[in-house]
Amino acid sequence: MTNEEIKAYISSHAPEATFDETGEWLNITVDANSLKSLTTALLGQPMEMNYLFNLTCVDWKNHLTMVYHLSSTIHRHPIVLKVNLDRNTPSIETLCFTWRTAEMLEREVFEMFGVQFLNHPDLRNLILEEETPKGIDASKGYWPLRKDFEDPINMIKL
Amino acid sequence: MYNQTEIIKDTTELGPEGELVVNMGPQHPATHGVLHLVVTLNGETIKKIEPHLGYIHRSIEKMCESLTYRQFIYVTSRMDYLSSHINNTACALLVEKGMQIEVPERAKVVRTILNELTRIASHELWIGAMAMDLGAFTPFFYAFREREMITEIMEDTCGARLTMNYIVPSGLMYDIHPEFQTKVKAFIKQFKEKVTEYEDLVTGNIIFQSRTKGVGVLTPEDAISYGCSGPVARASGVSCDMRKIAPYDAYDKVEFDEIIETAGDSFARYMVRVKEMNQSIRIIEQLIDNIPEGDFVGKTKNVLKLNKGEFYQRVETARGELGVYVVSEGGTTPYRIKFRSPGFSNLSVLDHIANGSKIGDLMATMGTLDLVIPDIDR
Repeated sequence: MTNEEIKAYISSHAPEATFDETGEWLNITVDANSLKSLTTALLGQPMEMNYLFNLTCVDWKNHLTMVYHLSSTIHRHPIVLKVNLDRNTPSIETLCFTWRTAEMLEREVFEMFGVQFLNHPDLRNLILEEETPKGIDASKGYWPLRKDFEDPINMIKL
Repeated sequence: MYNQTEIIKDTTELGPEGELVVNMGPQHPATHGVLHLVVTLNGETIKKIEPHLGYIHRSIEKMCESLTYRQFIYVTSRMDYLSSHINNTACALLVEKGMQIEVPERAKVVRTILNELTRIASHELWIGAMAMDLGAFTPFFYAFREREMITEIMEDTCGARLTMNYIVPSGLMYDIHPEFQTKVKAFIKQFKEKVTEYEDLVTGNIIFQSRTKGVGVLTPEDAISYGCSGPVARASGVSCDMRKIAPYDAYDKVEFDEIIETAGDSFARYMVRVKEMNQSIRIIEQLIDNIPEGDFVGKTKNVLKLNKGEFYQRVETARGELGVYVVSEGGTTPYRIKFRSPGFSNLSVLDHIANGSKIGDLMATMGTLDLVIPDIDR
């Protein structure tokens, strides 16, 4: 399937989608509201994007970007889905009913970036401790992979 | 994570239907690392498995944000320490992709040979450790006899036995050892003679077969949906070998078969790894006499700066698909880096495939998933 066909298919499900072909794979930016319906459509025929091989988040200091790397084990055409989120109250629909691997990956993004995944069955910390370590002011949020995070106890900046 | 009082409370507390919660790990001989599984049992039947991670979390992704593109490669050796060479290759390939550097042919071939040697060493250790988990002690010594030859080759060539750190962007850190080819050939000869011993000891063993056949069955649909890769997915009939799908280094020049089994149980996962070792030998045999002469490292600037943009590199480690995702702002350090580790996704399927089986079978299921905990926690 060519990039043009993918673009046409995605535009028919999410008209607001913007495309970027400068990288290795086709990048698609969509709204958070249309993500759920778009991913359900991508999983079915004719795209069959059944393999979510990476899910992560990037902090751009004024907004967060969720990044989903999708591929199909049948057609093998990787694409990158992106959703921009508000940095103060980030929330997005969970994808763990579409791809089961998203459940644990979303838990990691939740604890590292503070993104709330709506309707997630088990949204808890996965790697970090449940309680905030002593000496850290958690009132403004405690999200280690955000750019403004400073840990006074365990310095990791060189 | 549980504090001590909670662990005691949880292990003694009986659930509403007479369910018992058992904490397996973080210090358990069969988890081969600090993995904490909270297993809910009804009698001997597993009702639920909940992994608790983070005991060896070192925040590698955040650490890499302050390391340069030459430095961050060495941190990845500590992720999946059994295939550290392949992790290094993934990072080097990503930097080469981001800067459009040409790699000399000699470096490509040597990298491929060393990657396959690493894969054999990793599978050897896995066979030994897994057989020991299931009660067979002898295969461990047989497997380590051949693995020792590989670690000696690595020591001669790279100066280290486990965390090699031999790969640099645009090539190798230094040229191969003069006796490299002789030693690798000696290893191939010994491996071919001795590999039948594992088959006799383990594969045909009726106790081993009855403990692994039909245990922890994973269907192809679930394997894809849970993001499984590597031997775990291939044992379920999913074609997912990155060496075939997106060839890197010298993999497009060699002939080898992608091993696919269809049973999806623990025995199929075992068979995939045993057959994969033979394919790795096949790849090395094709390359070892044909190492091109020339430079082992390309010419680069001292300070590496990636182009602005996003880069993703997929490689096939001994455990599955490793992905390195870098967001670059054009500087000397990555803006954001994410390692898609194969163990993380393979672990997430454990609850699904072990559910409903007996607790004794959990050893076989977990063993054949081949989990390396530093790779999962990062």
